[in-house]
Amino acid sequence: MSMAGAAQDTGPGAASKVRKGEVLLQVKGLKMYFPVTEGIIFRKTVAQVKAVDGISFDIRKGETLGLVGESGCGKTTTGRCILQLERPTEGEIVFAGQNLVDLDARALRPLRRKIQVIFQDPYSSLNPRMKTGDIVAEPMYVHGLEPDATKREQRVKELFSVCGLSPNLTDRYPHEMSGGQRQRVGIARALSLNPEFIVCDEAVSALDVSIQAQVINLLEDLREEFGLTYLFIAHDLSVVRHLCHRVAVMYLGKIVELAECDELYDNPLHPYTRALLAAVPVPDPEIEAKREHQTVKGEVPSPINPPSGCVFHPRCPLAVDSCRSEIPDLRELKPGHWVACTEV
Amino acid sequence: MAKILEIENLQTQFFTSAGTVRAVDGITYTVNRGETVAIVGESGCGKSVSALSILRLIPDPPGRVVGGSIRFMGMDILALSDAEIRKVRGRRIAMVFQEPMTSLNPVLTIGRQLTETLEHHLGMAREAANARAAELLGMVGISDPERRLTQYPHHLSGGMRQRVMIAMALSCEPELIIADEPTTALDVTIQAQILELMRDLTKRLGVALIIITHNLGVVARYADRVNVMYAGKIIEQGSALQIYHQPSHPYTLGLLKSVPRLDQPRKEKLDPIQGQPPDLTRLGAGCAFRPRCRYAVERCANEIPALEPVSEGHTSACWQKDSLDQPLRDAS
Repeated sequence: MSMAGAAQDTGPGAASKVRKGEVLLQVKGLKMYFPVTEGIIFRKTVAQVKAVDGISFDIRKGETLGLVGESGCGKTTTGRCILQLERPTEGEIVFAGQNLVDLDARALRPLRRKIQVIFQDPYSSLNPRMKTGDIVAEPMYVHGLEPDATKREQRVKELFSVCGLSPNLTDRYPHEMSGGQRQRVGIARALSLNPEFIVCDEAVSALDVSIQAQVINLLEDLREEFGLTYLFIAHDLSVVRHLCHRVAVMYLGKIVELAECDELYDNPLHPYTRALLAAVPVPDPEIEAKREHQTVKGEVPSPINPPSGCVFHPRCPLAVDSCRSEIPDLRELKPGHWVACTEV
Repeated sequence: MAKILEIENLQTQFFTSAGTVRAVDGITYTVNRGETVAIVGESGCGKSVSALSILRLIPDPPGRVVGGSIRFMGMDILALSDAEIRKVRGRRIAMVFQEPMTSLNPVLTIGRQLTETLEHHLGMAREAANARAAELLGMVGISDPERRLTQYPHHLSGGMRQRVMIAMALSCEPELIIADEPTTALDVTIQAQILELMRDLTKRLGVALIIITHNLGVVARYADRVNVMYAGKIIEQGSALQIYHQPSHPYTLGLLKSVPRLDQPRKEKLDPIQGQPPDLTRLGAGCAFRPRCRYAVERCANEIPALEPVSEGHTSACWQKDSLDQPLRDAS
């Protein structure tokens, strides 16, 4: 794995294929507030957690959009809103021309088939009392996709081998499998309904390094093979860079920067994105010895009472007086490179 | 440099209904004064158990240290009585655990948890201990320390709690701190803050640090020397530079290749290690990594390779160590 060898590998695969496809999913002004209540009999709302506070983006067919940020920034809530596991407070989620927010449960059902999810924790996202084969078969049964039991079983075996699991593992229970295998079962379950769009919520974060690489490769292969579109939610910036075409950085419920993957990593503009990138250690002691280690001060404030103006200003090295009062809009500084900061 | 910890052929086993788990299977390493030593490996490789063995914190039953020796400042840790080991724990060897959420007592104030060790080990009076506790919190970068002393762990964020853990570890000025995945539960910007803090403090106070982690980036940034563990054994040992620039064991090589890196051009595909880590109750004869190894030869199936020198201060346990394709980077 020399430098020269790595350079030849650059680009294509991830970077060049997608671009001008049709828009598959559009999120417009999405807000998700959770009430904080007080009292038992006379329950009243005393505050609101602004988990997601007015974000917009779109995802084209075949594209992978990375959503990165620290815990509590609202990235998972965004994913759950798209999956309609939460009904957003405000905003639109347009999938294949239909606004999911306007639809009732019955009208949503056929669309749910097309939007699937892979969860973070392969331990708690599989029912411990079901055999893994049944876990993968159940969505097909529920959606009436393969009513014939024998055919369904056949399809489960196919899905297992597509996900790199031996088909004779279908009789095992989740606890009889390793973390990596369980995550593959979770992926097989998501694929069972032939979805168009998959929300990967920290899908590889809980896995060990050597297994993580296997699952990342699997996700990439599946994307090519089935023409999938991913929303890849993660906090590991190097994994996101490897897998995504475009990346959105979230902080305290807002998108602070959105750009093509290479552009964002080569030329980060928002001070928060820069701080995040500087905080990731590189596995090479020589490079690490030379790098400057500037850490951002302080911690992420509470989303119940976010700072006025720009939410990042208390930790920001560039902050000026106006940052305290004015909320910066996302501006397009270069084609496709959006930043919510007035000082860059 | 003065050696403060010498571990020789340490073996810790767990006796379970499924069979004997050889969690730590004959590891040998030393820690010098003021040095940072990393133990790297994946879940279940025995890295945490090896650290808990040093403090004799292995639950017995089912676990027991069955062989080897641990010498700390000339003392034979394994021969100490329970009363004697309690004087070492927290006083001379301190521990920082992974989970800042569960490793603080939720019903005691931060102040009480800090002063407890000071009063117990150093015999300080309540007043003096309180003053010292406030000073310690200030040292680890917690603002308004007097007020924090009266708060409970649930008042603090994860990063703050980990700072409290570090303050507790430092409180009796130990010679050695063992940090077991100290930042795994934290966000990247907080992880960077905590690691910088630990490095500053250990360098300033001359404390040696054993840092247990699976994050290769963290190791590269902070460790002087590295031990790579796999299936209960140390399979490669060396300085951080040696391990990263001349990995001499197929497992280390595989680990380094399988992580995407921010400092290198994007690659088409990652190059993972195939297969799964082995079941520690069913280790066969021969090298435990053989089923996943690209370089395996016949000999690997029958004979377990020992750690042998590759270069000065760099050892690897692999029969094929001289025929791995090298190096990881060009000289440029």
